[in-house]
Amino acid sequence: MNQVLTAKDFTTDQEVRWCPGCGDYAILKSVRTTLAKIGRPPHEVVFISGIGCAARFPYYVDSYGFHTIHGRAPAVATGVKLANPELDVWVVGGDGDFLSIGGNHLLHALRRNMDLNLLLLNNAIYGLTKGQYSPTSSVGTRSPSTPGGSVDRPVNAALMALGAGARFVARSADTLQDHLPEVLTRAQAHKGASLVEIFQNCIVYNDAVWAGMATKAESFEKTIRVAHGEPLVFGKERDKGLVFDSRNGRMELTEAGGDAEKLATVHDETNWALASALSGMEGGDLPTALGVLYCDPVNDYGSDQEARNHFSTLSRDELSDLLHDGGTWEVK
Amino acid sequence: MGSQAAALQDDRSAGAHTAPERVVVRFAGDSGDGVQVLGAEFAKSAALSGHDLITFPDFPAEIRAPVGTTFGVSAFQIQFGGPKVLTPGDTVDVLIAFNPAALKTNLADLRDGGLVILDEGAFTKRNLAKAHYDVSPLEDETLTTYQVLKIDIAKRCGEAVADTGASKKVADRAKNFWALGLTFWMFGRKRAATQKWISEKFAKIPEVAAANLAALNAGHAFGETMEIGRDVVSQPLEATFEPGTYRSITGIDAMAKGLAAAACCAGIKVTYCSYPITPASGLLHALAALRSKGIVTFQAEDEIAAATAAIGASYGGALGVTGSSGPGIALKSEALSLAVATELPLVVVNVQRAGPSTGMPTKAEQADLAMALYGRHGEAPIAVLAPATPAECFQTMLDAAAIAIRYMTPVMVLADGYIANAAEPWRIPDVSELPDIAPHYRVDPENFQPFQRDEKTLARPWVRPGTPELQHRIGGIEKADGSGHISYDPDNHQTMTDLRAEKIARIADTLPPAKVERGVERGRVAIVGWGSTYGALNAAVKELLSEGLEVAHIHLRHLSPLAPGLEELLRGFDQVLVAEMNGGQLCRLLRSEFLIPAQGLNQMTGKPFKVATVKAALRKAAGGAS
Repeated sequence: MNQVLTAKDFTTDQEVRWCPGCGDYAILKSVRTTLAKIGRPPHEVVFISGIGCAARFPYYVDSYGFHTIHGRAPAVATGVKLANPELDVWVVGGDGDFLSIGGNHLLHALRRNMDLNLLLLNNAIYGLTKGQYSPTSSVGTRSPSTPGGSVDRPVNAALMALGAGARFVARSADTLQDHLPEVLTRAQAHKGASLVEIFQNCIVYNDAVWAGMATKAESFEKTIRVAHGEPLVFGKERDKGLVFDSRNGRMELTEAGGDAEKLATVHDETNWALASALSGMEGGDLPTALGVLYCDPVNDYGSDQEARNHFSTLSRDELSDLLHDGGTWEVK
Repeated sequence: MGSQAAALQDDRSAGAHTAPERVVVRFAGDSGDGVQVLGAEFAKSAALSGHDLITFPDFPAEIRAPVGTTFGVSAFQIQFGGPKVLTPGDTVDVLIAFNPAALKTNLADLRDGGLVILDEGAFTKRNLAKAHYDVSPLEDETLTTYQVLKIDIAKRCGEAVADTGASKKVADRAKNFWALGLTFWMFGRKRAATQKWISEKFAKIPEVAAANLAALNAGHAFGETMEIGRDVVSQPLEATFEPGTYRSITGIDAMAKGLAAAACCAGIKVTYCSYPITPASGLLHALAALRSKGIVTFQAEDEIAAATAAIGASYGGALGVTGSSGPGIALKSEALSLAVATELPLVVVNVQRAGPSTGMPTKAEQADLAMALYGRHGEAPIAVLAPATPAECFQTMLDAAAIAIRYMTPVMVLADGYIANAAEPWRIPDVSELPDIAPHYRVDPENFQPFQRDEKTLARPWVRPGTPELQHRIGGIEKADGSGHISYDPDNHQTMTDLRAEKIARIADTLPPAKVERGVERGRVAIVGWGSTYGALNAAVKELLSEGLEVAHIHLRHLSPLAPGLEELLRGFDQVLVAEMNGGQLCRLLRSEFLIPAQGLNQMTGKPFKVATVKAALRKAAGGAS
């Protein structure tokens, strides 16, 4: 297809029904922009979703779309790829969809490494069912189902993905329009399952849960944008750095006052241990790591059995051979 | 030994020696004794000798139960003869028991005067204790009503195999072939096919091949040199087969080949997504082993993923198929409603087993009929089919695929553990005569609407993602008739619900009318069955007809929708008896559907009906003595 695509080519005539101010709008915008930039014609693109606010996504992207059932989108997408490995398949789900009811499917989609782009829209709350705490809500979250504050500890999606054997794990946030499209582009280019966790604001039930990432200015101090081959430095003045401590497998801040650019560990996105340490940074002075945390491609599912996955019709002669395999006898 | 055999001979020759129509043989031993292999080879030889047959393996749930225990007994039963064999047989004529536990668990099925062949060497104190025999059955009254042949099989097999230089372990494991050799001699079978099979199967371990061949030949020679006449056992009749090329086939294999045929006849990729469960796993194995063009298998992470991946495959333009047994089908329930709502083709195989819950996984039951018909949330009608015999599974799968594609609907196939594992001869169809069931994918963008319907079938168009200019979105939310846009309009929901029901009802237009399978068209009693009970019902009716009773057998292959004309057919009988391996699920359906006073014959033992049980019930219903 030679014509240049724009975000409009991926926009449906459907009225978008998210709450005004929902982070999903910004994500939708990034996705449309990215799709146009990638340039696959809309009819070769498929969006599959489960249930939840995020799962409304397919209605708003002019591609093939399938709004399925709660948690099962990765499994449905797997079936679509089994049927037609040529399609560009995106799976969109929330934290409930991907990490709670569908946690098992995410785990297996990642380790199976079928070429799927999995977008986890993480707002740390159940929005569509009116505000219950989710598997990524922090301890103490007050919600209709936890009026005294939640007691269970949240799951770290990136760490779970790395543990499941994912070969591509990245993070971004809804409002980071200078960052998210780039991450999405990388995810789509990766052959195999790619998980992108997108921190997303729920203005109604969990406003400002990701405070610190919403604006570029804030995000300088609270986040670090990792880039392969670049030192792990952050801060408005690029005066803070991260060092991988090989003794405990954790990240630590570089010495205050030191030359962060020189002291900081250089990001290697093929280093699983480093990716784990970056993913595991939570709280304290450590920033939240954004960007491509891990990318280490291996053969994707199906490439080993390409011949079997590609469509070829079973002819009548071949069927006849199949029916006659093993022992037969004639009755005159 | 000699005098024992001579006594046998006398016993048999005392009566008039007319050939029976059929003979039933059962092999029973430890689950590691190779009983299933022995049975399969015996069945092959019966087929090659011109007999009709049905085999039924009965294996324990334990993979390798402790040696010698009753719960570790594996058995294989075959009924062979002619002119037609309909069931594996009610009672056993010849029982081969490899140890006390096998004798204990199987003797009750041996008919009075039947022959039991025992591996005498296995009747040790230890094995007797494991089988809970206080006194050896060889020394008390246990076997007095039977003919008994005691042979130390392990010892004789060991002697025969010794020359091949095989180890004791290999020699011990050749016991089943020794027994096979003996039974071959008893029924006058040729050994060539089995010899060839052994040579090929064990080509890579020549010492095992040599030991097994030696054992087979020694067992055969033992029969010749022993003073037992061949008339110790009677040769049954040969079958009356239609001309053609035949093979032996289990229900599972027939299902796998039926799906291959569907892939061929539809020109489609059949995508079988499944999660291991007994007894449905066999279908996953059989399809994976086909390694055939047109078929992809996918072992999913769970039952729900298997169902939803199959739905995804159908959405992607392949034919999604998923299979499981009761507990797994229950897990797929939500996904099936999605397939109903999105009107995608889907074939779901339920190899039923005895429930509820884990129940008895290796035993058969038909108690998932109500779940197949109604076990979904919302008004979610689907088509439900049930094969009547193992070989018929081929056609059933082809029919299921055709309906799924033509009507854009899920179709459930209800098999069970008996029909899946039982085997019978099958006349291989001429593939050029199989129907064309190719889907007509929508490619024309002109006036395209995703829920526009075919006037005749009410099916919506099937569009493969990747088709230019036809991008659209579907989902579980109610859709507007035609456009497919999300709709909460009350009248639209009524319309769509009615349309989904009407679409399934219209399948009946293409079904063959209900008919009497065997017996009178009108009269005293019709016995109605579905699924794997076919053989027992048909055999019972056949025998009662010969006694002059006005009975008929009606068998349902389509449970949803029902075949046209069924009500009229049933009303032609004074009594309708519905035989099922459940608490009366079809019976209730027929009563509610047609307001007829059908009565149930219900059995939930995990075992197929015996012909005698069905006959007794039919006699009672017909008003005769039972």
